[in-house]
Amino acid sequence: MVTLLDKPAAIRGGLKLPAHKAESLRHPLQAAPLPAVLTVPVSQHIGEPAEPLVKPGDRVGKGQPIARASGYISAPVHAPSSGTVTDVGDFPVPHPSGLSATCIRIRTDGEDRWFEEPVGIADPFSLDPAVIRHRVRAAGIVGLGGAGFPTSVKLNAGPDREVELLVINAAECEPYISCDEALMCARPRDVIEGIRIIRHALQARQVVIGIEDNMPGALQCLREAAERAGETAVRIVPVPSIYPAGGEKQLIYTLTGEEVPSQGLPIDLGIVCHNVGTAAAVYRAVVCGEPLISRIVTVTGGGIREPRNLDVRIGTPIDELIGRCGGYSDVVDRLLMGGPMMGFSLLSDNLPVVKTTNCLLATSVRETPPQPPARACIRCSKCVEVCPAGLLPQQLYWYAHARDFDKIQDYSLFDCIECGCCAQVCPSRIPLVQYYRYAKTEIWDLERQRRKSDLARKRHEFRLERLEREKRELEERRSKAKKALNRPKAGNADAKKAEIEAALARVKARKSSQAAQARNTDNLTDEQRARIAEVDARRAARNNPQGN
Amino acid sequence: MLTAILAIGIMAALFGVLLGYASVRFKVESDPIVDQIDALLPQTQCGQCGFAGCRPYAEAIAAGEADINQCPPGGETTIQALSELLGVDPKPLNAEHGEHKEQMVAIIHEETCIGCTLCIQACPVDAILGAAKQMHTVIADECTGCELCVSPCPVDCIEMVPVKTDISSWKWPYPEASEAHKLAVHG
Repeated sequence: MVTLLDKPAAIRGGLKLPAHKAESLRHPLQAAPLPAVLTVPVSQHIGEPAEPLVKPGDRVGKGQPIARASGYISAPVHAPSSGTVTDVGDFPVPHPSGLSATCIRIRTDGEDRWFEEPVGIADPFSLDPAVIRHRVRAAGIVGLGGAGFPTSVKLNAGPDREVELLVINAAECEPYISCDEALMCARPRDVIEGIRIIRHALQARQVVIGIEDNMPGALQCLREAAERAGETAVRIVPVPSIYPAGGEKQLIYTLTGEEVPSQGLPIDLGIVCHNVGTAAAVYRAVVCGEPLISRIVTVTGGGIREPRNLDVRIGTPIDELIGRCGGYSDVVDRLLMGGPMMGFSLLSDNLPVVKTTNCLLATSVRETPPQPPARACIRCSKCVEVCPAGLLPQQLYWYAHARDFDKIQDYSLFDCIECGCCAQVCPSRIPLVQYYRYAKTEIWDLERQRRKSDLARKRHEFRLERLEREKRELEERRSKAKKALNRPKAGNADAKKAEIEAALARVKARKSSQAAQARNTDNLTDEQRARIAEVDARRAARNNPQGN
Repeated sequence: MLTAILAIGIMAALFGVLLGYASVRFKVESDPIVDQIDALLPQTQCGQCGFAGCRPYAEAIAAGEADINQCPPGGETTIQALSELLGVDPKPLNAEHGEHKEQMVAIIHEETCIGCTLCIQACPVDAILGAAKQMHTVIADECTGCELCVSPCPVDCIEMVPVKTDISSWKWPYPEASEAHKLAVHG
């Protein structure tokens, strides 16, 4: 049984960081202009990439599915606006690797015409939870907090599992990012309605919204919206603003005092956690019938002239958004997607906004100073003190550094949420998180290789078996054929013998009868008779050599 | 004296029977050390080690007939793992058997393929699909990159290409080498 704490518990470790949210909240939420070209990646979520449904030259309408989900853990992709597909191919996407991936490029026509007028459901609470899940899946909704896990999967608790508590994550603990706050201030009704739909889909007993206590405006908006909706069962709990209080496991601990087991999921405790932006997207999908084709993005940092929050179509080029925010300032140094702690550097701004783009952070050198060369670990244990997951970062570092991937898992590497607190406090300036990320991807790669070699072994063994079997079968066929050939041969030989004998007998009979045959011997001269007698005698002598 | 000899004799016979029974009853089908060695080998089945596949090589290692450094596809990682398993010192890869190369995958240039099936017969993992006088193709996910199909091809239409890194198989670099990631953006 999960019970909410009366007073939120403080998370273990964590850091008090300057929020830097006011900069981007100075301007109200605005819609970004429709760009001329949209580049929509088919993989914007965790799981299998979607399969493109369109080809270059196709006319598409706003909200038209342009790639379909290919598997349970996958999500479809929709055209963010109307226009013509110009390309289906590899384009650079926002990813730490800087690699390209399959994208669908659309030249917009400016009409922004719907493919089909969206059909919503006025009363979603009368629907079966499976219908809601289906609609959420068809709308391509993924976790908008940053991870991008398909939401429909998280709306299914699984058989024999009851959801005791639905946690709505509105903590938004990472500095600079304010897209959730902007959303809660601008569209609190969407959020509250979305939460009610999710609660209905999960049949959750209790609902709580965890929101950091440094955003009183958003808190007030939510409270008012809940009141207007007559919703009294949704609790809104301010949590202490400490980074990373908005981590899923951390927020659950803060609200309930319960810990998600190592490598487990919140559902193991009967808890499901959804981001506040996801809730609003669920509302738009179910009640308004609109797929996920836009999201709110915070464009901020010392490197941006006019930081603000924008409602952006998926696929909008990042450089256009930055242009919309007054462009780069003179002090710009780096561009990150995500926050300063967990975000990653982008090598270019000629990349599209994707479903998981919560923040574009252009920093000055002062904000993200260049990493000084790392020195040796002095085992000061500061990293242990700040680790919110209760891990031993210095041990993880040690084994990652030594590439000891067995030992590092004994120290629960995969419970690391890569929050970056340890690296922030490290006096030796060791890029700790990079070591953990390195170790994680190496382990995944080893795992992949192991699976591949297992498959190869199986196939090789099967092949050997098959060759053996084929040889055996061939042998069997041969011996069978041989036998089949031998048997009638033996019979033939006898028949042949008999035939030959019969023929000989016939010849003999004819010959003996020949002697008795009457011949035309009239009117012959004596000389002729004598010659015939001579020939007859010779023939008789030849035919019967033993005789006279 | 006699009792003692008798007692020992009977005990010896008893244990003998017991051990004999146990050896029959609990007979191990295959040599577990061979399985363990085989599990560490990359299963490319390329035969570069001089044996007819990974398992025969594993058997040879177990029998002490082959060294642990004869597997080029496995490279240092495999040698390290084998040395740990067998408690012997790791040694550099024996260059006689080849060099460690990046992961490759075979592709068939389909316009050149004449459908002779020779490559299908050569593939140790049945990763080539096709039939006589029909075009062949490689099932990339199942290709181990062993190169055994390359030489039998009479028209030279099989090429080995490095496996392309995509986003799902991309790995974070080891931190020292990751300085290139901090590329500044200037607007």
